[in-house]
Amino acid sequence: MTVMVLSGNSAQAHAVRLARVQVVSAYPITPQTSIVEKIADLVATGALKAEYVQVESEHSALQVVVSASGMGARTYTATSSHGLLLMHELVHWASGARDPIVMGVVNRAVGPPWNIGADHTDSMSQRDTGWIQFYAESNQEVIDTVLMAFRLAEHPDVRLPVMVMEDAFYLSHTLEPVDVPDQAVVDGFLPPREAHATLHPGTSARLGSFTGPDRYVDFRFEVAKAMERVPATLRLVEEEYKKATGRSHGGAVPTYRVDDADAVLITMGTSTTTARTVVDDLRAQGKKVGLAKLRLFRPFPNEEIRALGAMVDRIGVADRSYTFGPMGAAGTEVSAALYPSSHHPAVTGFYAGIGGRDVTPHVVRRMYESLLSGAVPEVHWEDIEEEVSVDG
Amino acid sequence: MAKLTLPAQELMFSGHSACPGCGAALAMRLLLKGLGPRTVVSVPACCWTVIATPYPTTALGVAMMDNPIEATGASISGIRAALDAMGEKDVTVVGFAGDGGTADIGIQALSGMLERRTNALYVMYDNEAYMNTGVQRSGETPLGAWTTTTPVEGHEHGKIEAKKDMMAIVLAHHPVYAATLNPSFPEDFERKVEKAKAMSGPRFFDIFAPCSTGWRFDAQKTIAIGRLATDTGVFPLYEVENGRYHVTRKVGSLKPVEEYLHAQGRFRHLTPANIAAVGAQVRDGWEKLLTFESESLVAPTPSAAPTAPPATRA
Repeated sequence: MTVMVLSGNSAQAHAVRLARVQVVSAYPITPQTSIVEKIADLVATGALKAEYVQVESEHSALQVVVSASGMGARTYTATSSHGLLLMHELVHWASGARDPIVMGVVNRAVGPPWNIGADHTDSMSQRDTGWIQFYAESNQEVIDTVLMAFRLAEHPDVRLPVMVMEDAFYLSHTLEPVDVPDQAVVDGFLPPREAHATLHPGTSARLGSFTGPDRYVDFRFEVAKAMERVPATLRLVEEEYKKATGRSHGGAVPTYRVDDADAVLITMGTSTTTARTVVDDLRAQGKKVGLAKLRLFRPFPNEEIRALGAMVDRIGVADRSYTFGPMGAAGTEVSAALYPSSHHPAVTGFYAGIGGRDVTPHVVRRMYESLLSGAVPEVHWEDIEEEVSVDG
Repeated sequence: MAKLTLPAQELMFSGHSACPGCGAALAMRLLLKGLGPRTVVSVPACCWTVIATPYPTTALGVAMMDNPIEATGASISGIRAALDAMGEKDVTVVGFAGDGGTADIGIQALSGMLERRTNALYVMYDNEAYMNTGVQRSGETPLGAWTTTTPVEGHEHGKIEAKKDMMAIVLAHHPVYAATLNPSFPEDFERKVEKAKAMSGPRFFDIFAPCSTGWRFDAQKTIAIGRLATDTGVFPLYEVENGRYHVTRKVGSLKPVEEYLHAQGRFRHLTPANIAAVGAQVRDGWEKLLTFESESLVAPTPSAAPTAPPATRA
């Protein structure tokens, strides 16, 4: 193990190196670019022995890794925002084809107006594509999650692609000390990819094909069953990773000081770190508040959320995207997950941090105060001066 | 009588679901005869998605991968990259796309594949419209042709624009080899396939693929229509290698273009003036091609010849 001072983007690139990825393809977009630049350096120096296919669009980038993965190679790509949206067709294709691709997504706002700040709209708009989705809080979590992502994606019980998200700039361009595991340790944890449903030259076989209603649903059902096996497989993968490196990131929904809490806030990504300090401050004042981090968003961790819901009466969900639903994307999912439960905590959806606006301790404290007072509407835009209209 | 020299192997099976007289089916059959079993074919949404038959069957004796319509160029780059990464060196990688998937929606991915010099053969089988969706106009639909979206009704008289010159667009990328092929001339066809197979780097075929359904001719006339296309100068057979043009079927004097046009229902509405316009365009194209050939013998396309292409990569 070596401690390196890495940005989130460098952490992604080092994970790609350690995973011995065979084919990388990507197209530059802010704030993802330093991932592909770093990978280019790693390939140029021979630190990563991969085919690095430089393409003319994100759509082609994902097609390159889809086809390479279909031939049996371990593959990686990375993108952000509009790049991910341009990939959308192939995002669906990758999961339908059961390609265990890992993709780094540096979450960025979608235009117009153009904005390069942190915002989860890009990956949230891909939540129904059959990819496993992780949202990272720190650069350590980035490198560890990318390595675990390959193991999970290629696991015989899963065989689905994985996105590993990091917040633009807060992680992508911020340096943190990161424990980088040794190559031998990663080799022990992540053996070479085992070929399954791949195409072999010299055989009469077809990968993709077409079907009528008589068979199509069976393929979808297989994807659904694989997705259902993710939580159990993730627990195994995290255990193995912990054995190899000594680190774990607490499963799908790690919690903080939720015992006896009157109100729990659910966060994703970097706002979690801020919220943790606010929880400590409020606890010091005698207020019973807790925090849960939605680290895994797809498949949605229903069981963990139901367990949390059984413990508290008030839950707030902070979404860093606006998705035109009854609540934000995470708020809606949390509410839906809790609905079949016998205990129904009040759920409040907050929008915070849209387009890279800082989620400050002040903003988080207001969310907790709202939850504790019980006097909040079903959804609430945080840190917005409502009297100031954007067009006037 | 000349002895046929076509390879005996068949890597396309009967039981495929092409229409009778399908030029695209002939194109695949002849292509695979020459390329052999160590071939991987990437096929976008097009007639061949269906011709290859549904899961769990296949009409091909080689490995086939499906890809979305606009992404064939990228798909073959990915296949080649994986084969290179896994150390498989003796495989021919082929993209086999229709004209819409190549010249319209797929032109970006094709350009990218050519520019990054992917070691693969990109085939455009050219039936001159979106045939799988039911005969809609593409960039490759020729001047005057009827399609369901270039109707012959009221004041409309078929497509008013000329066919996009894909060979010129491809040649601007300086591939190692580009050629036009026509299943009606199978020996010329196989010679080009063998030549392309032996090369490394980006290669391109424009294969003429008459469509009896969309062009409105009797299904048993496919070969005759194909011969007419070349002998009237509508679809000349040539190849370009290292910047040098070579017309592989020299037609002494072109047959009148009417013979080709009158054989197909899609041109039935053309007036003598329309036909004269098509004829002038065809003659102009043919003469330009002959000029390219004679000039390139003396001076090959500058950017293609003097500097060696960069090392082939995926």
